[in-house]
Amino acid sequence: MAEKGVKVFGMWASPMVVRVEWALRLKGVEYEYVDEDLANKSADLLRYNPVTKKVPVLVHDGKPIAESTIIVEYIDEAWKGEYPIMPADPYDRAQARFWARYADEKCNPALFPIFTATGEAQRKVVHEAQQCLKTLETALEGKKFFGGDDVGYLDIVLGWYAHWLPVIEEVTGASVVTDEALPLMKAWFDRFLAVDVVKAALPDKDKLLAANKARREQLLSA
Amino acid sequence: MAAAGGGGDGRQLRVLGAWPSPFVNRVRMALHLKELEYENVEEDITNKSELLLASNPVHKKVPVLLHGGRPVAESLIIVEYLDDAFPDAGRAVLPADPYERAVARFWAAYVDGKLHGAMVMALMGTTEEERAAATADVFAALETLEGAFTECSGGKGFFAGNAPGYVDVALGGFIGWLRAWDKITGAKLLDAGRTPLLDAWAERFASLDAAKGVIPDPDHLAEFAKVLQARSSGAAASN
Repeated sequence: MAEKGVKVFGMWASPMVVRVEWALRLKGVEYEYVDEDLANKSADLLRYNPVTKKVPVLVHDGKPIAESTIIVEYIDEAWKGEYPIMPADPYDRAQARFWARYADEKCNPALFPIFTATGEAQRKVVHEAQQCLKTLETALEGKKFFGGDDVGYLDIVLGWYAHWLPVIEEVTGASVVTDEALPLMKAWFDRFLAVDVVKAALPDKDKLLAANKARREQLLSA
Repeated sequence: MAAAGGGGDGRQLRVLGAWPSPFVNRVRMALHLKELEYENVEEDITNKSELLLASNPVHKKVPVLLHGGRPVAESLIIVEYLDDAFPDAGRAVLPADPYERAVARFWAAYVDGKLHGAMVMALMGTTEEERAAATADVFAALETLEGAFTECSGGKGFFAGNAPGYVDVALGGFIGWLRAWDKITGAKLLDAGRTPLLDAWAERFASLDAAKGVIPDPDHLAEFAKVLQARSSGAAASN
C-alpha cells in the first residue's frame, strides 16, 4: 500500500527543522512530526536519509528529501498554488539563494564559537559574527522582511536567529544582535516572531534555555 | 568568444572565470547546454580585476555571471539562474518535477560539500596525515556518487537520464581535476575498477560538445596544482 501524506523527521531543538515546519505551515500543509533522539536514530530516519543520516527529512507520499533549504524549495514547488515562498523574479531568486548560502556557510560557523568562548576570546568571536550578520543585514535594507512585504524564503532560512540567538546570548552572556550593532536585524527579529505561523512552530524558550545551559556547562567542563 | 546577446531578452551574458576552476567549468558547461552565447572573461585570480571585486564583493571569487551588467555569484546558483532566466533556451538543466529537482539539488550539494572540500584538503593539507585522511574521504565520496549514479540515471547515460542535467554539470566541472589527480598525487580517482559507472560517465560527458573546450588539460592542471601547492607552502613558511 503506497505511503501517503507528509512526514517531518526532526528534533525539537533543531533550528534547521523549524525551517521546514514554517514552510509547510505557510502553505497550509498538514504533516506528521516525528521527533528523533539523535543519539539513537530511528530505523526510518536511517532508511530515508542513508547518506547524511541527519534531520530534517521530509517524506512526501513515501518519497524522502533531505537538507533543509532543499526541502523548503521543494515545498514551494510541490504546493505551487499556495503561499509563494521563493521570489518570482529570477534575479531575486538568485539573490535569495546567495544570501541563504552565505548565512549557512559563513555566518553559522562564525556563530558557533560564541557558544563556548569566554572573556577576550568571546569578544573577538562576537565581533566576527557581527561582521558576518552585518553583511547579511544589507539584504534587509528598506524592507519589512527579507522577502519584501511578506515572509519569504530568506526569512524562513534566517528566521531561527530570531529565536535561538537570544537564547545563546542569555546562556553565554554575549551580546550579538543589538540595536547598536545590527539595528535592522533586531527590528526584523521582532516582526518575524510576531507572525502567527512562525510562533506556532517554535520550541519552548525555557526548555531551549535549559538545554543550552546544560550543553554549555558540559562542553566547558570537558 | 564574442557575445551576440544573451538569449531571448538580448542582454549580454559575461562570465568572469578562471580556466582551472571546476566552478567556472560548471557555468560554462551549463551555458553551452542551454546554447547561450556569452563572453568569457579570464581572470588572473592572483590579481583580481576591479570588475570582479565590484561584482562579487562578498566572496571576491569566480565564477560570476553578469547578465545585462547584473552579477550572480556561486556556480550552482548561477546554473539555476540560467534555467530561471532562460526557460526557452536550449535544454533545461534542472528537471521539471519537484521531487526530481530536490534529488538533483541534494547530489549537487553533496559534490560541493563532500567531494570538493576533501579534494582541497587532499591537495593542500599541511601534513601527510591530513592529506591521506582527505584522500580517503575523496574516494568515499566518489563511491557514494557511484551509487547516486545508479539511483539517478535509471540505467541511462547521465545522472539526469538520457541527456545531461544538473548533477552532470555539478560533477562535470570536476572532470578535469579528477582526471589530473594521478598526475598530481599518484592517486587515480576515475578508475573503471573502483567506480566503473562514474568512469564511463566522465568519458561520455567529456565528449559532449558542451564540455569541449571547457575541461582543462590534465597536464596544465598538474602544473597549476604545483604552483598552488608551492604558493601555499611558501606562505606557510613565511609565517
